[in-house]
This record gives sequence, C-alpha cells and structure tokens, in this order.
Amino acid sequence: MNSDHSPGMTIIVKTVTRLTAWLILLYGIHIILHGHVSVGGGFAGGVIVALSFIHLMLAYGKEMVFKRISKRRISVWATVGALMFLAIALAGWTDGYFFRNFLPPEQPFHLFSAGTIPLGDIAISLVVWAGLFAVFVALVMLRPDGEDKNEP
Amino acid sequence: MLCLVLFCVGIYGILKNRNIIKIIVGITIAEFAINLFFILVAYRRDGRSPLFSPDETISPMVDPLPQALVLTSIVIGLATTALLVALAMRLHGKYGTYDIARIKELRG
Amino acid sequence: MLALYILLTFMIIGAVVAVQVKDVLSSVIALGAVGLGLCLVFLILKAPDVAITQLVVEILSLIILIRATLKRDLPHVPSGGWWIPTAAGIGFAAILLLVAVRCFPDLPVFGEPKLRVAQHYLNSGLEETGATNLVASVILDYRAFDTLGEVTVLFAVVVAVLVIARPVGRKKLDQVEEEFDE
Repeated sequence: MNSDHSPGMTIIVKTVTRLTAWLILLYGIHIILHGHVSVGGGFAGGVIVALSFIHLMLAYGKEMVFKRISKRRISVWATVGALMFLAIALAGWTDGYFFRNFLPPEQPFHLFSAGTIPLGDIAISLVVWAGLFAVFVALVMLRPDGEDKNEP
Repeated sequence: MLCLVLFCVGIYGILKNRNIIKIIVGITIAEFAINLFFILVAYRRDGRSPLFSPDETISPMVDPLPQALVLTSIVIGLATTALLVALAMRLHGKYGTYDIARIKELRG
Repeated sequence: MLALYILLTFMIIGAVVAVQVKDVLSSVIALGAVGLGLCLVFLILKAPDVAITQLVVEILSLIILIRATLKRDLPHVPSGGWWIPTAAGIGFAAILLLVAVRCFPDLPVFGEPKLRVAQHYLNSGLEETGATNLVASVILDYRAFDTLGEVTVLFAVVVAVLVIARPVGRKKLDQVEEEFDE
C-alpha cells in the first residue's frame, strides 16, 4: 500500500496506535473469556483480536509486524484452533451423545462455570483470529498487477 | 416490512452494476437485509435481551435462537466478502479492469 | 418503535446511495453507514451479542473493500443495453413483494414470536448449562453442531483465499510454460 515513502503512517497515528493497539487486544481477550457470562463469545472476540493486529500493521507498515509474527506460523495457529474444537466435540462422546457438556456446571456468574463452553470459545477465537489475520496478510501481499514480488 | 425493500435494493444493485466492487457492495447489502429479517422475527414486545443479571428479575426475554443463527451468519458473510474481494483483485491483475463486460470479452 | 422506522429509512436511503453513486470509494463508505445503522437496529431489537459482532465485522469488511479500491478507481461507464438489467431488477422486486405480501399473514405478529423450542431454552438454560449468556449456551451447547459446521466453512474459506492470493508459486514462469507446451 505505501511502499514509496517511509513505512507506516504519520507520527500522530503511530503514537496513538502505541496506546490503543494493546487496549483493543486486551478488550478482545476479555470478550473471549467472558463469553458465557456477559456479551461476546468466540466470534466477536476473535475478530477484535485480529483487528488489533491489523491496526498495528496499518499504522507501522508490514515489516515491523512480521518480525513478531512469522508469516508461515499463522496457518499453524488456525489449524490448532480448529483441531481443538473438534477434540472438544469428540471428547463429549465419552459421556453420552456427540457434544455433551460433561463437566459439571458450577455456580453461575463466576469465570469457570458452564463446562465446555469457555473452552469452545477459546478454540473458536483461535480459528477466527488466525484465519482473518492470514486473509489480511494475503490480501496485502497481493501486488496490484499480479506480479510476484514477495514470496509466500 | 421494510427489510424486504432493503433486500430488493441489494438485488437491484447486483443486477444493474458493471463494476465488480459495486456488485460486492450489493451482495453485502442483501446479506444485511436477511440478517435483519431474522432478528425482526425474534423480537418480543417489551422483552429483555437474553442475558441474566445478578438481580433476579424474571421478565420475558426475546428469542435467543435466531440470534445465535445470525451470529454465525454474520461471520460467514465476512468470509464470503473476503473471498470475493480476493477473486476481484486476481481478476484485476489479469485483465487490468474491473468492468465485467470487458472481462467477458477478453477470453483466454 | 419510531426509532426503528427512522433507522430503517436511513438504511434504505444509504443502500440506494451505495448502489447508485458512480464513485466506488463513496459506495464503500455508504456501505459502512448502512452497516452502522444495522448495528443500531440490532441494539434496539435487544440483541447485544449480534450488535457487537456486526460492528466489528463491518469494520473488517470495510478495510478489505477499501484495500481493493485504492489507486484503482475506474469511472463507471454505462453503455448500450442498460434497460435489460434495470427491467430485470424491477421485475424481480415486484414479484418478490407480491409473494411476500401474500405470505405475511402466516408469519406471527411482530412482537409475539412462537417460542416452541426456545421456551425450553429460556426456562431451563441456566440450570442445564450454567451459562448466563443464553445465546452463547445456544451456539455452544444446544446447537454446537452448527457451530462446528461454521468453523469448517470459515476454515475452508481461509484456505481458499490463501490459495487465490498466492503469487505464482516457487517455479519461475518459463518453467510453468514449458510444462504446458509439452
């Protein structure tokens, strides 16, 4: 997107991003973990976490973000999340039918009540976050005229 | 109700436009209308949102089942939009234009 | 209810603007306005989970769409043969509205849904699952199979986008042409 001048945007955007990106990440993790108590769930929380990384990437340019998260390991995280969800589903088979909530439900309004629901939330958020970040990286790396400048 | 008018606006936009990006905009508008229709079906008059709160006031709640379906549908709509945009960018790289009439002419 | 109708009218006007305007960037921004209106309508209809998800997904799809339209703005050129898609669009809308008006009396009255299955979820959701968020308990405990299908669809779409947006592989271009010429 901006490969002509110095990477990233102006210094106002960079300073504000340094404050808000971690806040968005923390808020996303809060929504993922509290999916069964209050609003949220895995889907919205996963998208919020992906948005925090995209926020960093838009403000600072591609190369600085790629030093923290490698390009190839994003797909590994998505696969881990999907397989974890499938494992939780199959683990319910031991009790009764397919998706049985086998951990005993404890007192409500606490963080670890409601059995398999928080674990399913975390698995879904892994799939959503890694998938959307990989999609965004792929769309950014795609050059406008189709030539192969960057290797996958 | 009025969400059907929104759906018709979206479909009309899909049929009329020649730019691929505006076709994607029309598809997204039609998808908004469908999700809105589901949530409109699930509304109960003077209902609460389907979350319990520490003060145990039992009052009628809105229907939670279509809300769960629409939650899934919104995320899948995002994935569809991303796929269409990736296809559009590939088409632009190959043909140099976003116009679907000219893309149909340049074959092979 | 008045706020609901005002927001719906705003959304319809925004959608008409998004479809009709010639500039692509203005069309995408109008789509953002329609999405924001939709999020507010979800809040009025007492669905906070859906409203948060809609807002965040709208932001992400706007980012992706603007990425596709930067620096590549083409003028919208209407050419001959314009009345066929317009007539098709108006004809389709007329048929849809006719059929919908005939089947509206079968739908339950707005504000009184028939909660045949959902009454069980509302009554015994807290004791059976222990989750206070009933929508989360529906998508992760009562209807978790649908969520498995949705994760599969999401994963497949992510793989498909990564395949489409990959630059031309690791072979050079002349090697690929050599294989095709044999």
